[in-house]
Amino acid sequence: MLPTSEKKKWMYENMLVSRFFEEAMETIYMEGKTPVFNMAEGPIPGEMHLSTGQEPCAVGVCAHLKPSDIVTATHRPHHQAIAKGVNLKMMAAEIFGKKTGLSGGRGGHMHIFDADVNFACSGIIAQGLGPAVGAALSKQMKGDDSVAVAFLGEGAVNQGAFHEALNLAAVWKLPVIFVIEDNSWGISVSKAESTAVKHNAVRAQAYNMPGRFIADNDPIALYDIAGIAIEDARAGKGPTLIEVETYRLAGHFMGDAEGYRPDGEIDRLKSKDPIIRMKNLLIDENVISEDENLQITLKAQKLVDEAIEFARESDYPEPEEALDKVFV
Amino acid sequence: MKGQANKCLSNNHMENERKLTIARSMAEATAQEMRRDDNVFVMGEDIGKLGGVYGNTRGLIEEFGSTRIRDTPISETAFIGAAVGAAQDGMRPIVELMFVDFFGVCFDAIYNLMAKNIYFSGGKFQVPMVLMTSGGGGYSDGGQHSQVLYGTFAHLPGMKVVCPSNAYDAKGLMTTAIRDNNPVVYMYHKSLQGMGWLGTEQGATVHTPEEEYSIPFGEAKIVKEGSDVTIVGVGLGVHNGLKAAKLLEEKGVNAEVVDLRTLVPLDRDTVFNSVKKTGHLIVVDEDYKSFGLTGEIIATIAERDISALKASPQRVAYPDIPIPFSRPMERYALPNPEKIVNAYAKMKEQ
Repeated sequence: MLPTSEKKKWMYENMLVSRFFEEAMETIYMEGKTPVFNMAEGPIPGEMHLSTGQEPCAVGVCAHLKPSDIVTATHRPHHQAIAKGVNLKMMAAEIFGKKTGLSGGRGGHMHIFDADVNFACSGIIAQGLGPAVGAALSKQMKGDDSVAVAFLGEGAVNQGAFHEALNLAAVWKLPVIFVIEDNSWGISVSKAESTAVKHNAVRAQAYNMPGRFIADNDPIALYDIAGIAIEDARAGKGPTLIEVETYRLAGHFMGDAEGYRPDGEIDRLKSKDPIIRMKNLLIDENVISEDENLQITLKAQKLVDEAIEFARESDYPEPEEALDKVFV
Repeated sequence: MKGQANKCLSNNHMENERKLTIARSMAEATAQEMRRDDNVFVMGEDIGKLGGVYGNTRGLIEEFGSTRIRDTPISETAFIGAAVGAAQDGMRPIVELMFVDFFGVCFDAIYNLMAKNIYFSGGKFQVPMVLMTSGGGGYSDGGQHSQVLYGTFAHLPGMKVVCPSNAYDAKGLMTTAIRDNNPVVYMYHKSLQGMGWLGTEQGATVHTPEEEYSIPFGEAKIVKEGSDVTIVGVGLGVHNGLKAAKLLEEKGVNAEVVDLRTLVPLDRDTVFNSVKKTGHLIVVDEDYKSFGLTGEIIATIAERDISALKASPQRVAYPDIPIPFSRPMERYALPNPEKIVNAYAKMKEQ
């Protein structure tokens, strides 16, 4: 199921928005944090997990989704949120802790929730799998052909929740797709040191569902496989596990010195930057011209700039608003 | 091993002062116990090459190697459950739960196994393990990375619960924890850890002797003597209490500050005797207000002799809400010295 030119263009545009967003986060996050790095300071306090380099995982899957489809995401959620169509301005405002944010500043970067496009994420590893299974169950029970997608990192497959969720999804033939973004690092611990199998896609066999592996952070190959998985899910054929070999071009979080990376790894990964590769592909295939590329790039940057400006200019919530929204 | 030390915490400058952060003092106690006892080993996420996200295992893998300092997969149910099994077989595992907030994925291993197997075996099994875990907010890390959850752990029987407020205590309590034949939950506060990137309460970095020493559990410490009001706290709450005492002093109020140091066992006598002396009680806690430490301390006094209280006791605790991310909302919710001073004023208005 190969993408049309229009889809390819959408994927590229979305990847650019995602990348520019993360570049903005990277810069703004450091405001107020030099020369002394203190997470509590600056306009964006707290932890910050950037998705730079992992954009293909999000667009390759989300290109097939409609607003009623459900996505549960991770502690590294920006690219997934952007690909699902989360309101960029309100997401930026949420990350700044502003009143105009998606949750009025209650959630923050690890807790992006957008009910309009059925997006939610969590700061705890493998925590989105159960809710994705439940959302899929709900769709199945309602007779709706919508699907659920749970994004997770490769570290999450060693949590009990992964195994329980896959089994349940398979037993009940639920319309859910599990997408592993394998960036090969769980903070400082490598996949080789933490995981008994080379490819987590093989674990699908244990739960009697298809397991697919996408090599080399390839958004087109992922689009193809994800399209089949989602079509199957909509047709009542049950869940699929997809493992994507991806590249974390940033640290685990901002401030990570990354001393655990082997020499040369980051340079090697950066030489395979998915944004550049996607651009080259689109130019080579005459999907876009250099001139169109410039226009697309400027448009993406403008979207991000506007979102950041909105976030910066928005007010903080009143302190007492902390007490609201515990119950509805 | 009891009572060897506990004389030493002094704010005065001394000769040969050796200031350590809590992170370093925890690592030092662990290293010393590992040299004494081959059965001591450490497991957890990023505790090896990285030296722990909060620095409390730094340097250990270099000295003891990856057999005894074991990086784990993100599999808390497995490695905390494994620690229970290893402990019952005579080892002395120290395991780390990176954020206490993550207990949700593995609590069965903690409260149904670690905390109960001694009892279930009629005392024939020992479970000599330490579960280290970080807590605390104040740096906008959101509602799944900022809780302390002291009350949750202290409520369930079968676990000792330790909450150091400074490096001297942290080392002595860690030594005691490792030598204890019962499970110990060692809850350290991120703001006290001495990691610059989390901001740091300077008062936690104090003189810490290099030689081994232990501090017995269940002995609260009066960190400031006073006569007018007793402020009881733990961890960062002790530092808030000390700062409030300074502010109260400017108003002519002489506050006594009690550092509980361990929640299980809880030194009720020291708290009661202090309240009997001052007649006034404020309990400070970063944990949620309801059904927790603050209520427990007040109940302790009320049960023993309510006439010890000359005014209604006050609590300065976290409101019963999930922790908000946004800075102004989080600051509003956190305990601080001013809130303690206001609580005193409210008590005196009655």
